[in-house]
Parts: sequence; structure tokens; C-alpha cells
Amino acid sequence: MTKLTLSRGLNEGLRKALENDPKVLIMGEDVGKLGGVFRVTDGLQKDFGEARVIDTPLAESGIVGTAIGLALRGYRPVCEIQFDGFVFPAVDQIVSQLAKMRYRSLGKVSLPVVIRIPCGGGIGAVEHHSESPEVLFAHTAGLRVVACSDAADAFTMIQQSVDSDDPVIFFEPKRRYWDKAEVDTAAAVAGALPFDRARVTLEGADATLLCYGPLVRTCLEAAAAAREDGRSVEVIDLRSLSPLDMDTITASVRKTGRCVVAHEAPVFAGLGAEIAARVTERCFYHLEAPVLRVGGFATPYPPSRLEEHYLPDLDRILDAVDRTFGY
Amino acid sequence: MTVESGAATTAAPALDQPAPDLPDQAGEFVQLLTPEGERIDRPDYPLDLSADDIRSMYRDLVLVRAIDTVAISLQRQGELGIWASLLGQEAAQIGSGRALSPDDMVFPTYREHGVAWCRGIDPVKLLELYRGVSHGGWAPEEHKFGLYTIVIGAQTLHATGYAMGIQRDGADRGEAVIAYFGDGATSQGDVNEAFVFASVFNAPIVFFCQNNQWAISEPLEKQSRIPLYQRARGFGFPGLRVDGNDVLACYAVTQKALQAAREGQGPTLIEAFTYRMGAHTTTDDPTRYRLASELEMWKLRDPIERVRAYLVRGGMAEPEFLAEVDAEAKQVGARVREACRNMPDPPPLALFDNVYAEPTAILREEREQYAAYLDSFEGGDR
Repeated sequence: MTKLTLSRGLNEGLRKALENDPKVLIMGEDVGKLGGVFRVTDGLQKDFGEARVIDTPLAESGIVGTAIGLALRGYRPVCEIQFDGFVFPAVDQIVSQLAKMRYRSLGKVSLPVVIRIPCGGGIGAVEHHSESPEVLFAHTAGLRVVACSDAADAFTMIQQSVDSDDPVIFFEPKRRYWDKAEVDTAAAVAGALPFDRARVTLEGADATLLCYGPLVRTCLEAAAAAREDGRSVEVIDLRSLSPLDMDTITASVRKTGRCVVAHEAPVFAGLGAEIAARVTERCFYHLEAPVLRVGGFATPYPPSRLEEHYLPDLDRILDAVDRTFGY
Repeated sequence: MTVESGAATTAAPALDQPAPDLPDQAGEFVQLLTPEGERIDRPDYPLDLSADDIRSMYRDLVLVRAIDTVAISLQRQGELGIWASLLGQEAAQIGSGRALSPDDMVFPTYREHGVAWCRGIDPVKLLELYRGVSHGGWAPEEHKFGLYTIVIGAQTLHATGYAMGIQRDGADRGEAVIAYFGDGATSQGDVNEAFVFASVFNAPIVFFCQNNQWAISEPLEKQSRIPLYQRARGFGFPGLRVDGNDVLACYAVTQKALQAAREGQGPTLIEAFTYRMGAHTTTDDPTRYRLASELEMWKLRDPIERVRAYLVRGGMAEPEFLAEVDAEAKQVGARVREACRNMPDPPPLALFDNVYAEPTAILREEREQYAAYLDSFEGGDR
């Protein structure tokens, strides 16, 4: 076991993927010499060459579109979109091409393309650098959407995503890139929790707190605070946003009777809405309270001096948990 | 029409002038067979075709036009939801399609029926898409012919990526890629990004633009103030204009560009100057936006008539041969018509197939629920 930052965990995972399969490629803006603006691909071009770690022209649709072509040729490209807000020029290629090629071809074509997207706020950035667009992709059939929350999962899930024969949108919580965790870089991916399964990160009895990506740490802190008040909160890291691991969610909510979903993305028409509807269908007679949601407001992402008000923090999450006890 | 030899270049028009929109006004461009069926020799584009080859090209031209004609009537009869006719563009498609080697990869739009024919795709497979039975469904690698792409220009990036893959395979460079698109597509970001990627990576690709003068109702001057082939210069690779109604010229320029790509010389843009003689699709009404006289003028440049004239005049085609081709066209048309009419709808639950490599839990659940719903009807049939 080694203590690694989340960024380094991704780097080690990508290195393994490049080592294990000569068809794996990395492509994006500044991923070569610079190692990416968050250094996720640091040193990979030096070790694997410019043909496999490709500094592309500055064009996101071009990155994804050519990745599709490379995948049609038998490659497994991992694309880096530099920031969440820059994915939108590539949305046509992702939604209309990448997601639909298997269906269009009646299963004759697989596109094993991974699109890595640093996501979320909390780093004091300018506009377009703090978005949470995951639900756009979760709403698109044919894509798998996952989010890692710590270095260990980052290391494993990026390898699982590269192995997937479906296209994967891989969200990385950018404000957690520097968080450290123990990672066993010698462990085989084969034995790991599949990347489409949620993980019960903290067991509890009184309420279920569902989260992913950057808010997993916040929710664990909220659960610790709740424990001081005598409330036992179960925290589930969803990991996979599409498909959703409803079995893990359902088992937890049937046990606790209370459910709060937290994400940075706007609450309105967010992933929490889908989860609330499904939990209500599956756990109707077990619920002590309606499923509550905590998230971003129905506004564009604000200037960074206001982001602490926009982003769900420990107190807003605890407030929602408290409210589930008021019914 | 005078044709000069040498590089195909035209002075850019003054900015207040519209781009020249007809070959007669456009100055130099590659033509090997005039509309009257006269052969023009170009030392820079030698032809390696026998009389048999040209007869075979003529046959292809006639057959794909026949299939197209049948498809239009099938749409009118309610057998197809829609059809995008290739009428007028047969030479551009057969000429370029016949220039491909078996290993070259094609990325088509939704109108490349002639190229599909050259790649051995059964026309009935194309009709599946327009009937609404599938979104395509052929195996691209089997025919080296990608799936029809409806979003304008998107396939040019796939083609470029595929060409980058050929480079990475490091084989003997025996392969190249051809990307088809139209004049309207040249305004799309994806096409311009494809030009950038192909150029900076020196990818083995030929960009084959069929400038058929109309993007639905918008004439070329809504897309460009300069001849389209001249765009290539700004991206750093050669561009040329060819008579898109001349099957021999389309064959020759495509063959040369493909060979350059295979030899590591990077991309070429070919602008095949042609004309969409029919509507954009069967839902379109071109009488709302263009003059009948324009169509009449282009009929004089018909891509098939000139080949027939050349073959007959040169003693390369007897009346029996022409009659045989016409008879075969009737047969192929009849077969396509019959196959289309007998094409079954897919079973309802097929709509859940092939979304992911393995169906997800949510998909399985929805499929089961919908199956149970269908079964709840008396005589429920799925």
C-alpha cells in the first residue's frame, strides 16, 4: 500500500492500462509534456511515446470524434477534457455518435472510449471551470457514467473504465485531486468492486446519505458530525451514476427509512430527482420521510466568491438529514 | 470548354464577388470526359482503365440510378419513410468508390448509395434505414464502409481518427481513408476540426466533398465565398476541384489522392463539382428555392450520358451491351422493390437490444415491464 493523491491514483491506473494493452491511448489538450493541467497524465508521454499519449489540437469535438475513429480501428482511447465546462463542444460527438454507435450498428460496433472530465467546484475558478454536467450524460442511453471519490477508487475505476466495451464518461472531483488515500497499486483489478456498483462507505442505521464524487468526503464529515448528535447515518458512494446500483440503494433505505441525496449539480432535474422517484417506488412502505435532495441551486454556477453558498456543505447536508427526522 | 493542364488553382475572387459556382466560370478543374463524351488527356492524371473497366463503371452508374429511382417510388408508395436521392451524383460516387482498394475505409454521409454499391453493400440494407427498420446495421469492417451518418460532418472526424489508427498500426501503409461530405458540411465545426487534425497529424485520408450546389435550400454562396477546394490551402494540404459528373476524372483524382495518403503524404481535399438533380430528400420541394432552368442546364452535363456517348462513339459498347445493362437495371430494381415490400418490422422488444455490451439492470427491468404490458392484451403479439 502507498499513500497517493487522487491525481496520482489516476496516473498510476492509466499507467497500468497503457502497460497492459498496447491499444490503449491517451489523448487531449496538454496531456503530453505538461502532463495535463492537473498532472493526471504526468510522465506518461515520456514513457509511452507521442503516438500513444497524444497532445491534440485544441478542439474538444475533434478529440472525441477522432477517438471514435480510433476506437473503430481497434484502439481504446482515453480522452481528457480539460475542464467540465469545455465538454459542451464535444456533446454532439458524445451524445449522437459515441453513445449510439452500438445501437446504430445492431451491436456490430463497440466503442471502448473513456472520456475523463474533471468536475465540480470549490477551487475558486473562473466561469466554466466548476460545472457538474453528469446528468446530461446519465440521461443519454448507451453511455456509462461513473465518478470516483478517492485515490484508491480512482486507481481501480479508471482501469475498469478502460476495460469496458461501452463508452464511459469518467468524472473526477477536481477539488479532491490532492486528497491522499492508501492505494494498493499491486492489486489486480479483477478482484475489485465492479465499477457499476455503489459502495457503502460508512454503515449506519437511521438515515441513508447518497453521494458521489466531491461530496463523498463532505458527506462522511457530515455523518461524523451527526454521530456526535447520536444519529447513525449510512453513507453510500454511488460511484456509478448510470446505470444506478438500485439494489444497494434500496437495501440501505429499507433499513434506515430515510434518504438524502447530495450533489453539486442543480437539484432541479438532477440525479437526485431520479433517485428519489426510484427510491419512492421501491421503498414506499419503508420510508419515514420523503427523499430529500441537497444540491446546487437553479442558477448558473456563481462567481467563486459565492460558491461556498452554492455548494452543499456539511451544514446544508446535516440540515437535510435533520429534516428527514421531522416527519 | 477549355481545360488547361497543370495544378488546379483559381485566383480567389474579390471579396465582394460571389464564388464562381459553375465549372465554366471556375477556370481550371480536372475533367477527363466532357459532357459530350470526349476524352481529354491529362498527363498528370493518367488513366489505367481498360474498355471493360469503363463498361463496368457505366453499368454501376446505370444500376445505382435505377436503385435510386425505385427507392423514390417506394417512398411515394409508403414503403419508405424517406429517401435521400443521389440523382446527378452517380459519377462522383462511382468514380471515387471504384478508386478505393479493398482495404481502404469509407466514412459516408446518408447519400452515398453509389459508394455503398462499390463496397458490396446490398442496397436493401440501405433501404432498411429509410424504411425505419434499423439505423443502419451493417458491419463497417466487413465492407470497409462505415455506417450512414445523419449529423452533418460528424463522420469526417471518425474518418480522421481511423486514419490516425492506420498510422499507429505502423503497417506497410497499404491503407487509406476516404471521408464523404457535402458543400453544406464544410461550414460545420467538425469538418474544420477534421481538417486540422488530419493536417497536423499528416493522416492518410482523402476528404471527398460532393459539392452538389445545394444544402437543402441554401445555395453554395451561403456556405462559402471562395471555391471549397481552396479551403484546403489554409489547413496546409492540397485541394483540387474535379468535374463531379465525370466518372473518369473522379476515379483518377481519387486514386491519386488515396495513393498519396498511403505513401505518407497526408490528406487531400477533393471538391467534386456536381449537382443534386433531385430534391434534398423526398420531403423536400426544390421548386420553392431554385429555377427549373438550372436543372435543365445540369441535365446537359448528365454523368451517365457522357459515358454512354464515349463508349458508343469509341466502339466500346454495342447496342446489345447497353440493352443488357438496362435489363439488369430493371432486374435489380425489381429485386430491391420486392425485398423492401417484404421487409418485416423488427419485433417490439428488439428496441431494447444493443444499447450496452450487456443490458443494464434498468434496461432489463424496462424490457420485462414492457413485455408484460404487451402480454396483458388479448392475443398479445411480440
